[in-house]
Amino acid sequence: MKKLITMTLLICSTPLWANEWSGNISFETKHFSKEALSTSQFKEYGSVSFQPEWLYEWDGGKQNITFVPFSRWDQHDEKRSHSDIREFSWLKVFNESELRVGLRKVFWGVSESQHLVDVINQTDLVEGMDGEDKLGQPMINYALINDWGTVDLFILPYFRERTFPGVNGRLRTTYHIDTDNVTYESSDKQNHIDYAIRWTHSMGDWDIGLSHFNGTSRDPAFTTTPALDNNGVLSLRPIYYLMQQTGLDLQATKDAWLWKAEVINRSINNDSYNAATAGFEYTFYSIFESSSDVGLVMEYLYDDRKSKATTPFEDDLMMGVRWTNNDENDTSVLVGVIADRDDSSRLYSVEASRRIAESMKLTIEARLFTGIATNDLLLSSFRQDDFVQVELGYYF
Amino acid sequence: MKGIILASSLLVFAGAALAETAEEKGLAIAVEADKRDQGWTDQATTSKMILRNSQGAESTREIRGKALEVEGDGDKSLTIFDTPRDVKGTAFLSFTHTLKADEQWLYLPALKRVKRISSSNKSGPFMGSEFSYEDISSQEVAKYKYKFIKDDKFDGRDVFVIERIPQYKKSGYTKQITWMDKEMYQPLKIEFYDRKKSLLKTLTQHDYKKYADKYWRPGRLEMINHQTGKSTTLLWKSYKFKNGFSSRDFDRNSLKRAR
Repeated sequence: MKKLITMTLLICSTPLWANEWSGNISFETKHFSKEALSTSQFKEYGSVSFQPEWLYEWDGGKQNITFVPFSRWDQHDEKRSHSDIREFSWLKVFNESELRVGLRKVFWGVSESQHLVDVINQTDLVEGMDGEDKLGQPMINYALINDWGTVDLFILPYFRERTFPGVNGRLRTTYHIDTDNVTYESSDKQNHIDYAIRWTHSMGDWDIGLSHFNGTSRDPAFTTTPALDNNGVLSLRPIYYLMQQTGLDLQATKDAWLWKAEVINRSINNDSYNAATAGFEYTFYSIFESSSDVGLVMEYLYDDRKSKATTPFEDDLMMGVRWTNNDENDTSVLVGVIADRDDSSRLYSVEASRRIAESMKLTIEARLFTGIATNDLLLSSFRQDDFVQVELGYYF
Repeated sequence: MKGIILASSLLVFAGAALAETAEEKGLAIAVEADKRDQGWTDQATTSKMILRNSQGAESTREIRGKALEVEGDGDKSLTIFDTPRDVKGTAFLSFTHTLKADEQWLYLPALKRVKRISSSNKSGPFMGSEFSYEDISSQEVAKYKYKFIKDDKFDGRDVFVIERIPQYKKSGYTKQITWMDKEMYQPLKIEFYDRKKSLLKTLTQHDYKKYADKYWRPGRLEMINHQTGKSTTLLWKSYKFKNGFSSRDFDRNSLKRAR
């Protein structure tokens, strides 16, 4: 009997549920070295962001609810002062499947320079020009797990519009983007239901992903003639077309080599085009008998629409060097350039980060635009926007 | 007559023992150690790493791990980081193999991205510590060539001293000397020699406890790097065996929801 009580106590002391908070507060300052193109823009921008995360887990870890709100205040850019729910979802794990319902973020693909295959979430562009930040996407996601790979089915019942910097923000298009006057191809507008399916599998050294998306494209087109927005500012208006996209992503991991490729075919607005990213990452481990690793990254970016492409990367080469110190502070630096093969446009970037205290991380980011061709409409709006950004994050 | 038979059979045994080379004896001990540690099926652990630089400044990492025993090959493991807080939720999935490269994936929670990573860095530091990936990966008999050196005492306990040479060509070591406890068949101390054959690190394993009536596990590991003056303490806070894990708990889907 005594043994039974002890056993019960032991079982009860192992929690079958968890309830925890974590998150971060980040302070950011951005310095632009050149005069802005518009008098409504500034040289220094300060900003604070807050992203708590709540996790409630039960059923022995087979079910959980995650809630991740996000909020940012920006000193000058009223559009960058914004809030979002990055994640608010319920997960249920079954033996051979997983169900996720709610607002979530999903990442697809393997490349570093751009993410062609990754089309589920809308880009939160006010967060950063690299497009790595995403808005929470409402979805029902059912994953079927088989010996021959995982099949993910997605129903996406609501569309999120892309965010754009405001009139007072930098790294924006010359004409301001009027997010109050948006056009959709679908008469259901934001309520159009999108579908997606993705198969992923690992076979020895190979990791493969094949996906198809049917719905409203997250990448907007824009009206060609500027019109006045609600505040009387000359602006371009976003147009969201329906699209069908099939994507393939591949990675071969051969010793210190990572060979990567992403290929898409997109049918949109009575047009069909192909785009691709392909390249490698090679790492020299423990250079000079130290604990440091140096990785070389090279990717080729292609879009068969060439100069009509809606991205600036239609025939470009990305080269980068990643230094990882593998020290107790996780010090790392990534230096890279994306070079247009047809003109002199170069986009240089530096990203460095280091933990400076147990719960504090310092990140420095810089971008430099040189030789920007004036006919490159997207990049030419950024030609004065070289910047250095310092971010101090406190994690709890 | 009976006595003569007994005596002669003893002689035969002694002869067999004498004929055993140092390599055979070393291998036999490794096989025995492996045999005694078989059948644990799976385990869940929590641990804490304390990293010290040469000035003695400390930083800590809290880690949870799950492992699944795979017969005839290296084990599968899933490692989740709780601290430092900026890497909280980062998870590492590894299918270890005895002689070919391991398969490894990393989950980055901020990007929701699963990255297949190269495992060529078996000799690289694990989380900035003095433990390398090969130090913490599963110990399989086929990973080394063995040579028994001598019987000895370590910390008042009887030990076998065995030299082992890593067979994986990208190992960071040319040899290791292990002090293997004769009762537990677990190492009490390991010396690691680098590619230039000089002493690089010393590991000592302390506070052994028996779990599930069979499996000896240390409570504390101390790794000292003699060349840099840095050291790492690894505290095993809990071990739990036979959790009913399956390979389903060690796939890319489970990596994405590792908490």
